[in-house]
Amino acid sequence: MGAQKKSGARVSEDPDELVRVPLQAVLLADSFTTKFRPITLERPKVLLPLVNVPMINYTLTWLESAGVEEVFVFCCSHSKQVINYLEKSEWLSQPNFTVTTIESQNSVSAGDALRVIYERNVIQGDFVLISGDTVSNMSLTQALLEHKERRKKDNNAVMTMVIKRSKPNPAIHQSRLGTDELFMAIDPNTKQLVYYEDRADQSRGTLQLDKSLLVDNPSLSLHHDKQDCYIDICSPEVLSLFTDNFDYQHLRRHFVKGLLLDDIMGYKIFVHEIHSDYAARIDNFRSYDTVSKDIIHRWTYPLVPDVMNFGHTATKLERQGMYRALEISQSQSAVIGPFTVIGSGTKIGNNTKISSSVIGEGCKIGSNVTIEGCYIWDNIIIEDGCKLQHAIVCDGVIIKSGAVLEPGVILSFKVVVGPEFVVPTYSKVSLFQQPIEEDSDEELEYADSTSVIGSQVDKSDVEIASKVLETNFSAASQLGVGGAGHVWSTCEGGLEEEWRHSVAPIPKDKILEAIKTMEDDIEFAQDDILLPPSGELKPNSNDSDDDDHEDSRDDSYYFEKEVEATFLRAVHENIQESHLILEINSLKLSYNKDTSDCAGALFYAMMKYALDTPHSSSDGLLQNVQAVFTKWKKALTSYLNGNDEQIEVILKFEEMCLESAKEFAPLFTTILHHLYNDDFVEENAILSWEDEKKDADEADKVFVKQAQKLIQWLKEAPEEDDDDEE
Amino acid sequence: MDFQVVVLGGGVSKKLLPLVSQELPNALLPVANRPVISYVLEYLELSNLKDLIVVVEGEEAALRVGAWISGAYADRLHVEVAAIPEDVGTAGAIRAISHHLTAKDILVVSGDLVTDVPLGAVAATHRRHDAVVTAMLCSAPVSGPSESVSSGGKDKTKKPGRYDLIGLDPTKQFLVHIATGAEVEKDLRIQKSILPAVGQIEIRADLMDAHLYAFKRSVLQEVLDQKSAFQSLKHDVLPYLVRSQLKSEVLFNGMPPVEENGTEKVISQSNQQMLSQILANASEPTFHLRHALGSYSSTSDRKTHKCCVYIAGSSKYCARLNSIQAYNDINRDVTGEASHLSGYSFSAQNNIIHPSAELGAKTTVGPHCMLGEGSQMGDKCSVKRSVIGRHCRIGANVKVVNSVVMNHVSIGDCCSIQGSVICSNVQLQERAVVKDCQVGAGYVVTAGSECKGEVLAKK
Repeated sequence: MGAQKKSGARVSEDPDELVRVPLQAVLLADSFTTKFRPITLERPKVLLPLVNVPMINYTLTWLESAGVEEVFVFCCSHSKQVINYLEKSEWLSQPNFTVTTIESQNSVSAGDALRVIYERNVIQGDFVLISGDTVSNMSLTQALLEHKERRKKDNNAVMTMVIKRSKPNPAIHQSRLGTDELFMAIDPNTKQLVYYEDRADQSRGTLQLDKSLLVDNPSLSLHHDKQDCYIDICSPEVLSLFTDNFDYQHLRRHFVKGLLLDDIMGYKIFVHEIHSDYAARIDNFRSYDTVSKDIIHRWTYPLVPDVMNFGHTATKLERQGMYRALEISQSQSAVIGPFTVIGSGTKIGNNTKISSSVIGEGCKIGSNVTIEGCYIWDNIIIEDGCKLQHAIVCDGVIIKSGAVLEPGVILSFKVVVGPEFVVPTYSKVSLFQQPIEEDSDEELEYADSTSVIGSQVDKSDVEIASKVLETNFSAASQLGVGGAGHVWSTCEGGLEEEWRHSVAPIPKDKILEAIKTMEDDIEFAQDDILLPPSGELKPNSNDSDDDDHEDSRDDSYYFEKEVEATFLRAVHENIQESHLILEINSLKLSYNKDTSDCAGALFYAMMKYALDTPHSSSDGLLQNVQAVFTKWKKALTSYLNGNDEQIEVILKFEEMCLESAKEFAPLFTTILHHLYNDDFVEENAILSWEDEKKDADEADKVFVKQAQKLIQWLKEAPEEDDDDEE
Repeated sequence: MDFQVVVLGGGVSKKLLPLVSQELPNALLPVANRPVISYVLEYLELSNLKDLIVVVEGEEAALRVGAWISGAYADRLHVEVAAIPEDVGTAGAIRAISHHLTAKDILVVSGDLVTDVPLGAVAATHRRHDAVVTAMLCSAPVSGPSESVSSGGKDKTKKPGRYDLIGLDPTKQFLVHIATGAEVEKDLRIQKSILPAVGQIEIRADLMDAHLYAFKRSVLQEVLDQKSAFQSLKHDVLPYLVRSQLKSEVLFNGMPPVEENGTEKVISQSNQQMLSQILANASEPTFHLRHALGSYSSTSDRKTHKCCVYIAGSSKYCARLNSIQAYNDINRDVTGEASHLSGYSFSAQNNIIHPSAELGAKTTVGPHCMLGEGSQMGDKCSVKRSVIGRHCRIGANVKVVNSVVMNHVSIGDCCSIQGSVICSNVQLQERAVVKDCQVGAGYVVTAGSECKGEVLAKK
């Protein structure tokens, strides 16, 4: 009853709340990733020009048009640059739209950022959470309304995620934005998100959903055709959740998944799907390319170059999607193709061809230059005869005559490419040295290395200059005569992943490959489950069995290795037998093995040692074996108390003869006899070993046959004993 | 309809003990006083399918089923009864009669199905898409097919395990994932590779596979030939076809060349049909076609096949007699809400009392009840929501509620029967109280005994 009353009270309060609390938004001006390196070493991602306008303007413009009244811009790396930019822009002086910056130097993740915002205590009601690299023109009204409606009914509905359908072609729709495959399960009736997996384990052919999901919902939609727009409508609880769970770092990987898995608190996440509106986040170079094209193609209207202008000179839209600023000096013979943007003050020389590219302000482009699918920022000099394909070229770059940029090249600020130099495909070039990554661990994506270098950069330009001077010498050779810059080696994913995130179009063969792997997947999945004959019934149990076997196999392998190493150390360092026994006992405990395993492993180690000790003939080998066994008799016998242990030793020996140490094969009976004589194994063990092998394949019986004589003798011997007793 | 029909009559199911026996195999178990298989046969007859093969496990059972069918349907249906060894599974049953199959498409119906879903619609779906297999799905029964209804809300986690989990494409025409009964005990596993092709899968836990399938004969025979380990149509063949639908060359690998040509023709023909169909309808292409045409390499022509579904409307009745709980439910439903299936005409009191039945003074038979031919009841008896078979002798002051009483049962005075199944020739002596029990054929319940939730059968 109490709860009901409460919610009743809430409802009556609600209209008041709507009036009182202005719609707020948190804009994260730091993506906490390193995907835009090396460019982001010098300038924050949100200030990078997207079709000649810094990205953050798109986000702020949208927030303003969507009815948000108060925006908190969270700055972390290069915070000074962001704050300076905002101060100079008109954003801080808009009526009915307040932009407040929050600065933090030691946040390394979105989670940290939201914790800082929580501490500031500035969020009063529902807010929009967005990062400063999102381009959208969607209307928030509907999504907000849905969110509030749900909140009234269910206080646990803390977040509404905006999703959008992606292109239907299975081969490329996920790679359009260069993001990982995303799998979501949504309740079709309530639109509740119940499963979110953005980096599904590629090696597995199946997705696993908790069966309890189907208890409450008789039906579920599993989506692979949606993209996450990274626009979230959150309730204030989200901030406190981040504070409570101080280990939440990533918005999706930790927060969303954390909420979905944790059913104790009962918080729920819902989705809002947009259909005709545009929303996309620039996560990597490929999405930079895709979103730029979408802007030029006017999917993002009104966020298009001729409508949006921030103190720039006006840009005019001409036919075929060509945008040109007014002050351009363009040679008569230059050809500018469709879907191209050219900024003001740019000069273009004779016979130059430009298509599907964005050229910034104040660039000087020489004659006979070909530019295709490139993003040329401001004040860049491209000399005669250069050829540029699908590259991003940052401010102040100089490309000397005849140089070639192959697809996928990134040239960071002020890089100089020497004449006639060919920059190979997917190269990333910067004046800065590539930071050494101590650890390619996941966590390092939020590494503070960014902020360290970032703050260095912030300190002074002089420092950069001196740094550049220092490094100039060695760099010259990397980019041709008179070139300046370091070519970064590909990191982490290597070339394999490079094509996925690059500005260059996906090579044909990669698409083929993707399709192929997809088909292989299908095949694999079938092979995977098909093996058990009528096994459709319980694929699960079979799988787990296999896993177990694998585990134990690995385990015993490592155990054997350890025992062998211990034994060798004992031999070489002359350790006492009792100490050896002690060490093996401790291994036994830590690997959870029994004595027979110890016996087998120790026996193996001893035989291996005998084999590795130099010997000339099989006689020599035999002598080695005897020597080893005499020396370490006590150690081995301490594990050979029972029948099982002794059988294990014989089996191990047989296995060695068959596989790892075939040299022993001819000596099998002899050594077995020695083992018997020296009381390592008793006759019972040998007999039960023979017994065990009775039903084995012929191939497995080789050694039983070899030892037949000995066995025969053993069998007769006891009878004689009996006779004696009588 | 150019369909050849195979009715899987089953044998003597362990799940239905003690109701069934060698004398009374599954197929002949009475539902509202007529063998359950008659529901299927009449259902098929309604769709003008009169050429049937009924497969029964075990020689003796087959003889009995055959005898009954030839007696009841001699002039109306052309039925061939085939006996197969026990424990070969449903796939084995089809293998055994494979040489009889000649038609282009084969309809496989379980003999324990009681339904009124239009069969024509299933066949039409199958033909329209030129599917390899079409399965009929219906809403899962509320009480669930497993025996423990009393579990209630306590063990919620067990609940989804009872039903089939079915993955459909967004148009709800194609089957992209199926997991049945037991295997759903653990987490749900979806084959990932199919998702990119389909884009979206709707997973339903509220549907039941009715075990009515239309197969393309050539494909069915091949699969059964190649995969000799497959035992069950539902658990092996259907999931296999569903899994391999985007990659059907795997399916047709290692075939003798003659056969392969045949299937290739089938497949390419099907592709053409799909294409023409799409051109004609100008509708959105199916994901199969997208997948097949989406090939960038000219070398590999992708072959796909379609697994379709027909989802019965929620107003239709559909149930399988595969558990004792289901037996009770179906008897209740056929005399109750789904009374049109019983084939009888109900009286004004909403019950059926055979004219030859005799009722004592002050005896009441409530609505949704049935009293068979020649049964006699003593004075002051009361029957509610129950079915009583032929030639039963029931004493005075007997109460029968929510129960099924088969033929030739004699019930002494003052007995009480609730929620139970009493098989033929059972003798209940005076004052016996039976609640939630199954009493096997010929059993004698002694006077005055009280039984609750027990299975009583002759040793």
